[in-house]
Amino acid sequence: MNFEFDDDQRMLRDQARRFLLDKCPADVVRQTLEGEQPFDQDLWRQFAEMGWLGAAIPEEYGGSGMGHLELCVLAEELGRSLAPTPFASSIYLGSEALMVAGTEEQKQSYLPDIATGEAIWCLALSEGARPATATNTTATVSDGKLNGEKVPVADGDIAHKAIVIAKDGSGTGLFIVDLTGTGVERSAVETLDPTRSQAKLSFTNAPAERLGGDGWPLLEDIQDRAAVLLAFEQVGGAQACLEMAKDYAMGRYAFGRPIAGYQAIKHRLADMYVQIELARSNAYFGAWALSTDAAELPVAAATARISAVEAFNYASKENIQVHGGMGFTWEFNCHLYYRRARQTALVLGSLRRWKDRLINALSQRNAA
Amino acid sequence: MDFTDTPEEAAFRVKARSFLAENAQPKAGGDRNLATGADKSGMLAASRPWQAKKAAAGFAGITMAKEYGGQGLSPIMEVIYRQEEAEFIAPRGVYEIGLGMCIPTMLAYATEEQKQRYAGPALRGEEIWCQLFSEPAGGSDLAGLRTRADRDGDGDDADWIINGQKIWTSGAQFSDYGILVTRSDFDAPKHKGLTFFFLSMKSPGIEVRPIRQASGPANFNEVYFTDVRIPDSQRLGAIGEGWKVSLTTLMNERFAVGVAPPPDFEEVFDLARETELEDGPALDNAMVRDRLADWYVRKQGLKNSHFRTMTAMSRGETPGPESSINKLVSATKYQEVSFFGMELQEMLGIVTDPDTVALDGLFQSGALSSPGYRIAGGTDEILRNIIAERVLGLPQDVRLDKVGSFRDLPTGDK
Repeated sequence: MNFEFDDDQRMLRDQARRFLLDKCPADVVRQTLEGEQPFDQDLWRQFAEMGWLGAAIPEEYGGSGMGHLELCVLAEELGRSLAPTPFASSIYLGSEALMVAGTEEQKQSYLPDIATGEAIWCLALSEGARPATATNTTATVSDGKLNGEKVPVADGDIAHKAIVIAKDGSGTGLFIVDLTGTGVERSAVETLDPTRSQAKLSFTNAPAERLGGDGWPLLEDIQDRAAVLLAFEQVGGAQACLEMAKDYAMGRYAFGRPIAGYQAIKHRLADMYVQIELARSNAYFGAWALSTDAAELPVAAATARISAVEAFNYASKENIQVHGGMGFTWEFNCHLYYRRARQTALVLGSLRRWKDRLINALSQRNAA
Repeated sequence: MDFTDTPEEAAFRVKARSFLAENAQPKAGGDRNLATGADKSGMLAASRPWQAKKAAAGFAGITMAKEYGGQGLSPIMEVIYRQEEAEFIAPRGVYEIGLGMCIPTMLAYATEEQKQRYAGPALRGEEIWCQLFSEPAGGSDLAGLRTRADRDGDGDDADWIINGQKIWTSGAQFSDYGILVTRSDFDAPKHKGLTFFFLSMKSPGIEVRPIRQASGPANFNEVYFTDVRIPDSQRLGAIGEGWKVSLTTLMNERFAVGVAPPPDFEEVFDLARETELEDGPALDNAMVRDRLADWYVRKQGLKNSHFRTMTAMSRGETPGPESSINKLVSATKYQEVSFFGMELQEMLGIVTDPDTVALDGLFQSGALSSPGYRIAGGTDEILRNIIAERVLGLPQDVRLDKVGSFRDLPTGDK
């Protein structure tokens, strides 16, 4: 039994934590929050230099070839630090999609630029208020031209390429679209979490390049992979909330003693810890499934995501509660995590959809 | 990351598996009442020969030192054996407390002669032990206990005379021996006046009265002590240091307190597959799916956490109070799943007749039994305190019981 990251992976985690403490403290996150920049380009460049962007991309495609477990380790630290970069869009979704569905030629031509950070990728799925399903998809590709509208698209305003899910004859397909090319209009959308930008993309006869076969099963596979990676970000964020709440409660005195001594606070922090430990363990199992291409991936990914969404939701809201009035000020950092918890809870689809997917996957497994 | 055993662990697992396959009945397809533990008297009758068989084959006292009849192996081997044993009908119930808590305490504090005398028979299932700790005035606040130990005379080796009452003692009615914590000094501060003993449960002056639980059966007892005599040679630890000895026992309790019994996710998932609601199969109902997903996620969270604990143990680390999570989460889940299983059966859900309702009434009996699991072996609240204080390092509550004489301290109902 070896259900733990190894020494090298833990060393990577320590390095990443130190780097992000130094280069990505809250005031750096706030520069993006306050709209001074759509994302932190300095950080992005340094992530590329350290080989983080290409952590799971094989060396033959310009990556650093570390592997998916290493990417999970990095994801947790990115979540803990709230790094305001398009890491999730470009790496968990973009490069994973290319590695899962790309032809040899597509991998050769696109992955190296993702690893160097020169190209930012995103995934365009949602078309507004309706749940994103194959039936609800109205964006259409015919004769290699894409028409339709996608909103919201995480990092759609800053990305160079989008993978767009669109109707294609009778089915759906994934298509690569150059967002800097013809037939694309985009505008930033204001969201609850400005540290992660989102956009509306409109396509009018935009040239579209096919990625892989039948679109919807591919999309679900890509989402499963991203769900595991994002779960690590959420666990990292939730853990940061627990630590903030604990530190504040230890140093805050009321009625003559630290509020950390009151059971109303202690039990809340204990519940945070329990949820985070369950989420962490479920994320580990997801990491194992992702890194070994296990058949369990759909069940493991949905489990990791549901657990991580719930843990981050709980930790981020109760962190504010433990801080009392100060937790609700702009000045304190609690709201940064609260915003990010809401963003990560929705960006890959709602809890309801993932619970649905989990039960589907379990039903299929039991029927088999 | 991988789930493979080390070569040594794998060899032990193979050995355990073949022992079980040759000597025990698999749960799958076996007697359901025995498999789920519903048949208590059947379990009891079966447990003594099974314990003897395990001991003979070297699967009792896996972590216990060899000189006392154990195997001297690391805790991970115990976990591996339990994983394998969980697939079989293998009643360990009446020996869990003795081997999990009493004998380890004896091995830490008894004389060499006593260790040699008591460890072997306990391992072989010839003698059953119970733990006489909780009192009407001290459950979660264990150190608030009032059972008194007075010396009969002034000699250094004078006997002790015990008077008082214990409660919630599992297995007292069929135990041969017990470990007992008492108050020998009412003038000392609460934690300083305790003294610890072991004694024969056949001693004159002991009366065991079963407590009928809210769920019907009587698994626990009250134990009354009237002038019960204990020789000083059966004192464990120094006079007044009973609290320290108790902590040794309780440390072991955290390993022994397990996970709640079925029904769990699997049972309620199967029920949902077989149940037709007004609008179709229950498994297609959005509300049902939402609840099922939550329980699956929590169950997997515990299972995957166990893998992490095993990894730590495999590296020679000791699992800490983190394992409190296990009971906290599983007992609540047990109660929720039991309730929901009843709900899925609609108005019939209130019926307990095993021939009428799903799974022989497992959800109904779970609904009645589950409150006990949220209390026994550390209440939900105490477990949260343990996590908050020992894992997260938060301060204790303001304590009014650390100084002054115990005599002046209100406990229990006053």
